[in-house]
Amino acid sequence: MNIFLTTISRDLKMAVRNPSSFLNPLMFFVISISLFPIAISPEAETLTRMAPGIFWVITMLSVLLSLNTLFHYDFDNGVLEQMIISHHSLSLILLAKTTAHWILSGLPIIILSPFLGMALFLSSESIIILILTLIIATPCLSLIGSIGASLVVGIKNSGMLLSLLILPLYIPILIFATSAISHAQSHQAIDGQLYFLGFFLVLSLIITPFLSALSLKISLE
Amino acid sequence: MSKLKVNNLSCQKGYNLLFENLSFEINSGDVLKISGPNGSGKTSLLRIIAGLSSFESGEIHYDSYKLNSEQYKLDFLYLGHLASLSPELSCIENLRYSSLLDANDLNNDHSMALKQVGLEKYENDLVGTLSAGQKKRIALSILFITSSKVWLLDEPFSALDSKAIKIFENKIEDHCKQGGICILTTHQECNINNLREISL
Repeated sequence: MNIFLTTISRDLKMAVRNPSSFLNPLMFFVISISLFPIAISPEAETLTRMAPGIFWVITMLSVLLSLNTLFHYDFDNGVLEQMIISHHSLSLILLAKTTAHWILSGLPIIILSPFLGMALFLSSESIIILILTLIIATPCLSLIGSIGASLVVGIKNSGMLLSLLILPLYIPILIFATSAISHAQSHQAIDGQLYFLGFFLVLSLIITPFLSALSLKISLE
Repeated sequence: MSKLKVNNLSCQKGYNLLFENLSFEINSGDVLKISGPNGSGKTSLLRIIAGLSSFESGEIHYDSYKLNSEQYKLDFLYLGHLASLSPELSCIENLRYSSLLDANDLNNDHSMALKQVGLEKYENDLVGTLSAGQKKRIALSILFITSSKVWLLDEPFSALDSKAIKIFENKIEDHCKQGGICILTTHQECNINNLREISL
């Protein structure tokens, strides 16, 4: 557990000292969502209808943008090699790194979402559901993303390849998360969607650290 | 008394056969220098022994431990070309994390290790602000606190001045006198007692 907590605090410390690595995707998130009312229509009805899709598509793209930095710096410095040959579980170290990634990419999105939700005229009930879907599903985005990031870690300019690998895996999350918010807007039951998102979270937590560790070992051979 | 035995090891990268049927044995107290021209497979050999790279055929035995088993990993320390330091962290923070990855021991005297390599003044400076030689010293300062028995050092003396080279040569000698094993690659002359050499 020592290595888990120390790795999280190390990654957070590094991010605070090099803030552009996590601030750029966040700026992208805030600016993109703020531009929609200007670009489409300032009418509340139109924006409210489109808000779930806008929110979740921009969230995914924002997380995708930040994924490049997940292993990249440690790969360039040779720290990843030391993590692989360490007697500690590589899966546990990678889970710690992914947790730090979520704290820097997913958590700020959750904190900002009520304010941006209001900008898109979401009702308070819809904002609560939006936050709920973000709390359950943004960790999945980081966890699934860690597999792609570990596969392309040794490839220069791998942004496009990473998107092609990861975006198809994000689609079920996109469908169930947007569906939950849309159903909440029309006062329908959303238990099913939330259960599915919860299932994805548990599944990702169980299998992605092992898959990331495996693909990282292959990438660094 | 520990023994590392490499038996009929062959390694191929792409279409290039780097080495074939390589065999050697190294016991506690030995220092082995691997020499050879660029691209002959020195780094690949160290990476294979460290458990980082795969090989075509052959066997590696370290006492009764399997390659990549937990005890094998605990007994081996690999320092590669890259310094394994994060520029955003200070010298002491980097050293603490390296020693945690190495042996799960945060009670080591990291300040003492930095003092041994002459960098006590830079303890809280960010690694990104230091020179290449100073970074190499920090990377190698883990040798003063590690409890690993087998050291695999890839070009440990590159970027170091003669004074620093002497410090680390002495450290390697001390380690081997205490029953440790060291395998290193270098293009520089080494003044280490009982140095054996194999060429690739």
